[in-house]
Amino acid sequence: MKAPPFAYHDPRSVAELKGLLGSLENLRILAGGQSLMPMLNMRYAMPDHVIDINRVDGLSGIEKTADGLRIGAMTRQRAVERDPLTARHAPVFVEALQWVGHVQTRSRGTFGGSLCHLDPSSEQPCVAALYDAVLHVSGPRGDRDVSIHDWVLGYMTPALEPDEALLAVTLKTWDGPHGYGFEEFARRHGDYAIVCAGALLQLDASGKIARAAISLAGVDVMPVRLREAEALLVGRTPDAATLAEAAACAKAIECMSDAQISGDYRRKLAATLTRRALTSAAARAKG
Amino acid sequence: MDGIEEKRRIRLVVNGRTVEREVSTRKHLGDFLREDLRLTGTHLACEHGVCGSCTVIADGVPVRSCLMLAVQAEGMVIRTVEGLAEPDGTLHPIQEAFHEKHGLQCGFCTPGMLTTLAAVIEENPSIDEAGIRDAISGNICRCTGYETIVDAALSAAATMRQGA
Ligand code: FES
Ligand code: FES
Repeated sequence: MKAPPFAYHDPRSVAELKGLLGSLENLRILAGGQSLMPMLNMRYAMPDHVIDINRVDGLSGIEKTADGLRIGAMTRQRAVERDPLTARHAPVFVEALQWVGHVQTRSRGTFGGSLCHLDPSSEQPCVAALYDAVLHVSGPRGDRDVSIHDWVLGYMTPALEPDEALLAVTLKTWDGPHGYGFEEFARRHGDYAIVCAGALLQLDASGKIARAAISLAGVDVMPVRLREAEALLVGRTPDAATLAEAAACAKAIECMSDAQISGDYRRKLAATLTRRALTSAAARAKG
Repeated sequence: MDGIEEKRRIRLVVNGRTVEREVSTRKHLGDFLREDLRLTGTHLACEHGVCGSCTVIADGVPVRSCLMLAVQAEGMVIRTVEGLAEPDGTLHPIQEAFHEKHGLQCGFCTPGMLTTLAAVIEENPSIDEAGIRDAISGNICRCTGYETIVDAALSAAATMRQGA
């Protein structure tokens, strides 16, 4: 349970980081370390180079921009959880973070790290998908923006070239009052979710649903937006029957199966958790 | 790397004392504390972040020392279980409460429980039972059944509220 030998680099600036990314091979970027450190200790990961980005200037912090909430890739989960900007503009994220690991892991774990690690049952990519996040990526060949919906190429594989790093993420937060809900089922609190669901609902002046977003994780290798249910909800009154009808759309999605949890069970959970998340979102939207 | 150990000099404050050591860059903080500083109060069990026994307080927040490289602690202020009591031996309220309420049996999980709880109670002495249970949800104890630990934590929080 000891990490294999590697060359350790701790750049202080993005320019220095890009220089390393452009010149080294078989590297791993070390952010909060809550996934990479276990992988190193268990020798699942055997990089020649570890680039620690904890001391790179300007990679942490949250700011409100015209596009939404821009969160630095190195922002710790604990900092996201406690920042008044998160509570104001993305309260569902605060709720989702209560399910992420434990106090000791949120002290170190980062939003950017979670989006690059891409555990299929992770809450943070689920929240990113809910807000149609844009990921700001950089490397020696330039900068680019990637939509969260194009970010997951496959099982735990982000659309990141070997010489690129994720620097920040913009959540396209919603303006105006709206309701939110986040629900999860895991064997024990703090364990990986089996399935989790996030929902946002905005009502118009007549109390009908003007806008809806539903995102699920744990059902597939990437977070899934329940577009059909979102479309069904718009223009309707958020009563229990309507929300249940929308949530039932989750019963039709393709779900992964593994040795412990069948796809069928995940589908059932997805529908139930979606209904609950929509119910809290509707209650909060009505104020 | 062909087995070549890369080393670095680091400087940090551990339990109020500035230490400076040469350390292998791949060594995690828990091993550094135990092997290089001989602070064996910090326990290591799983070494992959699931048991919480290795918890230390880094710059005021509880972290898993098996999931941090020692070189990452450069410039940090670290408190281990050895640093909870006063230099004159007066126990920290959480230690006193563990003693009073039988918050331990074999003691293996205890350093991680104490550091986690000391950090969260110092930050918020008004923490309630649900908060305590959430705080130690990442610490595994195979002996106590947790009830006496929760009792001890609530009692320590009450003591610290009075002290404040
Ligand atoms: S030894 Fe660090 S969490 Fe188990
Ligand atoms: S007292 Fe034995 S593991 Fe907790």
